[in-house]
Amino acid sequence: MNIRAVAVDEAARIAEIIEDCRQLEGPMLPILHRVQEEFGFIPESARQVIAKALNLSRAEVHGVVSFYHDFKDHPAGRHTLKLCRAEACQSMGCESLAEKAKAKLGIDWHETTFDGAVTLEPVFCLGLCAQAPAAMLDGELFARLDEDCLNDIVAEVRA
Amino acid sequence: MSVTVFVPRDSAALAVGADKVAAAIQREAEARGIDVHIVRNGSRGMLWLEVLVEVRTDHGRVAYGPVKASDVPSLFDASFLTGGNHRLCHGLTSEIPFLKNQTRLTFSRCGITDPLSLEDYRHYKGLTGLQKAVAMAPADIVKQVTDSGLRGRGGAGFPTGIKWKTVADARADQKYIVCNADEGDSGTFADRMIMEGDPFVLIEGMAIAGIAVGATKGYVYTRSEYPHAIAVMEEAIAIARREGILGSSVLGSAYAFDMEVRMGAGAYVCGEETSLLNSLEGKRGIVRAKPPLPALEGLFGKPTVVNNVMSLASIPVIMDRGAQFYRDYGVGRSHGTIPIQLAGNLKHGGLYETAFGLTLGQIVNEIGGGTISDRPVKAVQVGGPLGAYFPPALFDTVFDYEAFTAAGGLIGHAGIVVFDDTVDMLKQARFAMEFCAVESCGKCTPCRIGSTRGVETVDKIAQGIEPEKNKVLLEDLCNTMKFGSLCALGGFTPYPVMSALTHFPDDFAPAPVREAAE
Repeated sequence: MNIRAVAVDEAARIAEIIEDCRQLEGPMLPILHRVQEEFGFIPESARQVIAKALNLSRAEVHGVVSFYHDFKDHPAGRHTLKLCRAEACQSMGCESLAEKAKAKLGIDWHETTFDGAVTLEPVFCLGLCAQAPAAMLDGELFARLDEDCLNDIVAEVRA
Repeated sequence: MSVTVFVPRDSAALAVGADKVAAAIQREAEARGIDVHIVRNGSRGMLWLEVLVEVRTDHGRVAYGPVKASDVPSLFDASFLTGGNHRLCHGLTSEIPFLKNQTRLTFSRCGITDPLSLEDYRHYKGLTGLQKAVAMAPADIVKQVTDSGLRGRGGAGFPTGIKWKTVADARADQKYIVCNADEGDSGTFADRMIMEGDPFVLIEGMAIAGIAVGATKGYVYTRSEYPHAIAVMEEAIAIARREGILGSSVLGSAYAFDMEVRMGAGAYVCGEETSLLNSLEGKRGIVRAKPPLPALEGLFGKPTVVNNVMSLASIPVIMDRGAQFYRDYGVGRSHGTIPIQLAGNLKHGGLYETAFGLTLGQIVNEIGGGTISDRPVKAVQVGGPLGAYFPPALFDTVFDYEAFTAAGGLIGHAGIVVFDDTVDMLKQARFAMEFCAVESCGKCTPCRIGSTRGVETVDKIAQGIEPEKNKVLLEDLCNTMKFGSLCALGGFTPYPVMSALTHFPDDFAPAPVREAAE
């Protein structure tokens, strides 16, 4: 597949998503969520297409994309590991666990490992506050996290 | 005969392997040629016991927990299917003190039923509130909610009935019910539990609100961190539509009401109601100045009720049992029940619904069982990241809206996070400022810039740079943020900071051996 075909495909998929969401009231966030689900991030080209479809300026779309922590402007790793850093998890030592995770993966917050396996993100509360510390790996939840469990997760994403 | 076994599907259970436990029970039963029927219920809220497996017996439901998949063969060996004894057995679920001593009104079904079984919901008195509401004049519904004394459970504690009346009296071609399910406060999970464990009660509450104020459309705005809650809510809404609870004729009446779930995108500030409305409209989640009130100019400029999940989920029982029934619970001007969420470093963490009026000490030590680390409690943060830290010296504070305000704190969403004596309160104060800096929407200066200056000032105190002068500066900064910010994010960040400084001065004292903050 050449680059041009990829671009055409991307534009077609974005147009399809916009069409699907058009009848919703306030369709912007649903569109962005679906674009991100499709591509893993919000491609630069999407801003212009969405702006045109919703009768907004490109700057307004960019403003929305950049406001929310969830929307990324570049692809993440194959897996995303989110470690909770909020107070309840702090009370059970999430900070030292996070340091261990960083050391094991060799990355800091928001970074992706060199092999593209995993991106490490902080998250502020997964609603598992009575079973802290908590984490989420690609939508799968983990509570009462300890070093053994963390090692298992790291081994899994590296596999 | 088939035996019914309950394995929760709540996130709190899934996160400790509930799916594996359910699969193991199925596998083991098949291998032994026993017929079991596994129901995936909501959580009972005794989260230190998750995965809490229950078996239906002639005497009632018998509880086993915390169960791991590897425990399953031994449970079968101990004939748990007939309530047999096992080291994980806790006897009848309803007799476990943590559960028995609660007053469950809003959470009456949670953990008992299959969340997506409308039959279960009806069996446990679901929909009776809505049935009564469709037969009433809308103004009478509003009056009943007002008379119940229900106050907004999201944190502000504003009387729900008065908010509804403002929307009901507004004239517009379209009105909205918006459910604030953006439960971002650390230490809180009640909204998530009700959405995953009893979604129909929220749907019923929103439909009643719609009928009361003349709104035909509702939105549940929740967090992307809650994928299971979103999935259960969406499935429940589809069932409710199919069964005529939602749609052009609610329960066969002349009222129309429909609703959908919308997912946020990881912005804490969107839990603030005006910011939430902007986000729903597809804009940046920037806080709006009030007035105009959302009740008059809310979503898309139309009159809008914005209520928390807990407020809306309390409506069905108020309609069913009457205003006086609900009002009789509680103390002073705090009527009804509150689902207290016990979190952090506690032996017995979980959800405890009770009437207002317990003391903080009772909640932490008696119900929560003290710290899981077995070290002394040093601080308890009540009300999420914007709530004050309380030392044990203030454990006689009564849990109601007024007493907490008087003690320089707030109840917020009733989340309680316990810390043992290893916590460094200067670090917690720094975190509160840092969190505010990361999550600030940027509209007002005290919050946007004050929080960053706050982090720097706390760092200077930690490094021993003119500590006395900087403490005065920090207090002054907190004052500016408290009174100069547009919303609760900037306005309440001073609570954790100032309470840490006031109640734990030793942590802010320059000590020669003190380690640097990071």
